Amino acid sequence: MNAPTEKIALDVARIRQDFPILELMVNDKPLIFLDNAASSQMPKPVMDRWVRYQSSQHANIHRAVHYLSETATAEYESARRKLQAFINAKEEREVIFTSGTTESINLVAHGWGRKNLKADDEIILTTLEHHSNIVPWQMVADEKGAKIRVAPIFDNGELDLAAYEKLFNAHTKIACFTHVSNALGTINPVREMIAIARKHGVITLVDGAQAVPHLRVDMQALDCDFYAFSGHKLCGPTGIGVLYGKAALLEAMQPFKGGGDMILSVTFEKTTYAPIPAKFEAGTPPIAAAITLGAAVDYLSEIGMDRIAAHETDLLDYATSEVTKLPGVRIIGTAEKKAAVLSFAIEGVHPHDVGTLLNEDGVAIRTGHHCAQPVMQRFKVPATSRASFAFYNTLAEVNALVASIQRVQKVFG
Amino acid sequence: MADSRNLYQEVILDHNKKPRNWGALADATHKSEGLNPLCGDHIFLSLKVTGAHIEAVQFEGESCAICKASASMMTTLVKGKSRDDAEQMVNEFRDMAIGKLDTSKVPHHLGRLTVFAGVRDLPTRVKCAILPWHTLHAALNSQTNTSTEADADPVHAAVIGT
Repeated sequence: MNAPTEKIALDVARIRQDFPILELMVNDKPLIFLDNAASSQMPKPVMDRWVRYQSSQHANIHRAVHYLSETATAEYESARRKLQAFINAKEEREVIFTSGTTESINLVAHGWGRKNLKADDEIILTTLEHHSNIVPWQMVADEKGAKIRVAPIFDNGELDLAAYEKLFNAHTKIACFTHVSNALGTINPVREMIAIARKHGVITLVDGAQAVPHLRVDMQALDCDFYAFSGHKLCGPTGIGVLYGKAALLEAMQPFKGGGDMILSVTFEKTTYAPIPAKFEAGTPPIAAAITLGAAVDYLSEIGMDRIAAHETDLLDYATSEVTKLPGVRIIGTAEKKAAVLSFAIEGVHPHDVGTLLNEDGVAIRTGHHCAQPVMQRFKVPATSRASFAFYNTLAEVNALVASIQRVQKVFG
Repeated sequence: MADSRNLYQEVILDHNKKPRNWGALADATHKSEGLNPLCGDHIFLSLKVTGAHIEAVQFEGESCAICKASASMMTTLVKGKSRDDAEQMVNEFRDMAIGKLDTSKVPHHLGRLTVFAGVRDLPTRVKCAILPWHTLHAALNSQTNTSTEADADPVHAAVIGT
């Protein structure tokens, strides 16, 4: 159904008019925002949704019988269905609203891991993981006496799939890996990774924080057990994210947080939990943020994820070829399949100096270890400079990035 | 926001390129290692203190230009100073970097270190400039290592405003 529109290029100039922040001047230069992997910007129609909710629909949900509570509840649950459709989950109750990817992963580490992991069980991770898909597992492993095994990557930043498969044994209980590396942009062969785990009877969790904004993701086609992502990297607000989980697994899990809205009945002797998804949404959830995220996925779907992916691939390919031409600049992470991330090192210049100097030109990039220190250790660098693209970026902005890198080289020449 | 073009001045770029007093003292009496775990700035400082005086000081390590130039200029300025004078410079440098000391209005002992005054407008870079001073303070007080994230450190406490 998307095939006919795929060929039509994005009208980026039109799209940019939806993003007020892109009009900003920084150091008297037009803002060139290339830090989208950290957080993307919000278009006006999505902001308007928040305002409309607060102006005419807000009350607490799942509680009172009055008009506003009914309306807010309906809008909140409608947002859940929008997210369900966006990731093609089988059932809406498989979509749990969380505060973001980190909470989603912690929910599984605590709700599933603490119940199911025991001494000498093994958890498979990869070198590419963000700290948020390492630390929760270390915490549970420490508590249970379980072990963490790490699948290595090659020099180009691609996962060593054969080595990954060799890690599986009778002790392996769960494999947790990123869909797209936040530090390098590598797109992992998640379909194969999930199939390998399934063959060994092992549960899978995919960190989709960097994938969902750039690729069409399909829970039923992937067949993973859990999938986590954040709203604020998806043109939505901060403080909202999603944990997708297969219904049968979610039903068997322990709640992570106790409180209101996640129970059927409470006495001091016994509490009966609500069915999923409510079981995992204790307390008043970020209602406005969830509804606004629903509007964000509507906005992205209207443009079309395939067209977004195609434009971002053009940007990345162009940036890669232009940066490759610069002597003294090394691209870190040269996997064949990448999404929207260009990590680089300028010979003789520390990334933090790069970041400060680029900022003078209005160019916003991320510098540092990107919360992925194992990746930095793998490439023997303390930090990298990272430009990350969104569908509203332009080839002209890539040119400005390249010119700014050249200025850094001149200053430090 | 001030233009950081004020920060990357020729003197800073020069000290970054050709750091003075680079290396480790074989006959050090005081040593300390300074680390900013958030950005990876990592320096090693060695001092030879005789009586109340800093007779020699050297540094090495890996860091950004701001940190390296700050360390290099620090070594040239504290060499031959008394411990008390050096500690006074630590305090003044820190206060300048966090915007508490306006070196254009208040008398100070920082000399050409005022080229670092611009970091006050770049909060994420303040720690880069301060780390060497932090490390000097630690070495003089016989702490073998320090971190920009060590809550107990008085310099750190001043930076984060606690």
